[in-house]
Amino acid sequence: MTVLAASGRVWQRNWLVYKRLWHRSLAFGFLQPVLFLTAMGIGIGALLTPASLEAFGGVEFIDWLGPGLLAAMAMQTATFESTYPIMNKIMWGRNYEAMLSTPVGIRSIVGGELAWGAFRIGTLATIFLVVLALFGIPRSPMAILAIPVAVLVGVAFSACLIAFTATQKNDVGFSAIFRFVINPLFLFSGTFFPLTQLPDELQAVAWATPLFHGVELIRGAILDQLDPLTAPLHLGYLLLMFGIGAWLAERNLARRMAD
Amino acid sequence: MGPMRNGARIGLECETPMTNQQQSLVHARALTKRYANSFTAVDGIDFDVRPGKAFGFLGPNGAGKTSTMRMIACSSPVTEGTLSVIGMDPRTQAREIKAKLGVVPQHDNLDTELTVRENLEMYARYFDIPRDVANRRTAELLEFVQLDERAKDQVEPLSGGMKRRLTIARALINDPELVILDEPTTGLDPQARHLLWERLYQLKRRGATLIITTHYMDEAEQLCDHLVVMDKAKIVAEGSPRQLIDQHSTKEVLELRFTDAVREDLNGQLNGQLDGLADRIEELPDRHLLYTENGERTLEQVNLRKIPVESALVRRSSMEDVFLRLTGRSLVE
Repeated sequence: MTVLAASGRVWQRNWLVYKRLWHRSLAFGFLQPVLFLTAMGIGIGALLTPASLEAFGGVEFIDWLGPGLLAAMAMQTATFESTYPIMNKIMWGRNYEAMLSTPVGIRSIVGGELAWGAFRIGTLATIFLVVLALFGIPRSPMAILAIPVAVLVGVAFSACLIAFTATQKNDVGFSAIFRFVINPLFLFSGTFFPLTQLPDELQAVAWATPLFHGVELIRGAILDQLDPLTAPLHLGYLLLMFGIGAWLAERNLARRMAD
Repeated sequence: MGPMRNGARIGLECETPMTNQQQSLVHARALTKRYANSFTAVDGIDFDVRPGKAFGFLGPNGAGKTSTMRMIACSSPVTEGTLSVIGMDPRTQAREIKAKLGVVPQHDNLDTELTVRENLEMYARYFDIPRDVANRRTAELLEFVQLDERAKDQVEPLSGGMKRRLTIARALINDPELVILDEPTTGLDPQARHLLWERLYQLKRRGATLIITTHYMDEAEQLCDHLVVMDKAKIVAEGSPRQLIDQHSTKEVLELRFTDAVREDLNGQLNGQLDGLADRIEELPDRHLLYTENGERTLEQVNLRKIPVESALVRRSSMEDVFLRLTGRSLVE
């Protein structure tokens, strides 16, 4: 059995568990963006004056916000899927110990979990895009590119968080990650307001953080505003983050499981 | 190995040519495990596991049994020494070895998000077993461990004994050449233990090779053809249960209990009075053990000397006596 086939088995195990609950998960995936867009886009957007809308590049607030939320959803889903469930499989439920007694190896486990994350985020991003379409937000068929970009954002975060989780002996570290990493990224990555509102130094910081690049690419794809100069930079950042994260995840999990 | 051929009922059609019989399934020389904090868990041990036998590691907690098991199962790297498992090297052929092993870990690691049947079917997928074969074996194994009626249930409500049996069924899903069981009955009630032993017996009769760790002497005596006794990371004795008892203990043991009053009265004199009655005398907190070839005769002599015994019991020597002799301590402390 190849590493790839074994990854497929790890994916399949997650599917076996998920398929009992898929309708709930998908209903939630639909409801979440509808609620957010209604509350923030229509509720807040209606209060903005034409002058203040200039900062959003001349589009309606809801059009500007929607793609940002899609990128943030990819990050958050990846975060939840790669913290508690992974820790459970390492420590509490010992699923990985059981898998490692079979020909399934560490690389296949990491590969299977990342493939699972890609699948989950891919489905949720598709539903999200449908919701955006219902709100009339996408400008062109190019918007479909938002799905693979959301998947890339998701697996980049998943890989780094699996690497982190593999080093943790309990779940205390997770709340620090949620509070000090995920939440600030959610708020300050150009999701809710343009970064030009921030002082120059903070704009530079935002450029160094990952979600910003995902937001830029996804918004560019959906509003048909991709900049051929910066898009490769954003893409390169996310690919590099994924590569390093996946490498660290395999290394850390191997060390952990040999304990 | 005749009965083996009829093993199809539990999917244990052993494919190893039995011409390899003389070869050992696990071969270890100077096998050593040292952890990062330089703690030595296994200190240069030698052993050979023969095909078709039940091989036992007996010893107290912390003796190095589990570390040895984890090295055999390729889940913990060998620090030093030679280890070959089913003719392969765990350092380079872990995947190939794991494909032929069945592992029953000390702590259950069943998938609690899946049903009983799904646990076996999914595990079969990890071994890349074709679906039709997997389904057939799952049905056979659930019957073998008497869980066929619970097939659709979740794992969590099962009793400890049932979970262990399911774990054993899971370890057999790939028709392993070697089954490793780490303390299979620890924590189970007597009834569940006996049921489990009975199943392991069946497995043995079908020709499976088993490696079992335990700190229960009765388990070791019941199940194992060959035993090594481990203490403080080393092997302190080796042989069949009968051989070990013959070599390290007498045929019978006379257990004498005295009232506290007598103990205090006679104080140091008690040992003097018992002197010469047995090959060896062990003084435990609650009783004296007199190792002798004939317990009844020794008891007669005790009575002749008018030693005020509260109660007396004559029994055959057991592995517990061997362990006490070799290490000066009881197995379960």
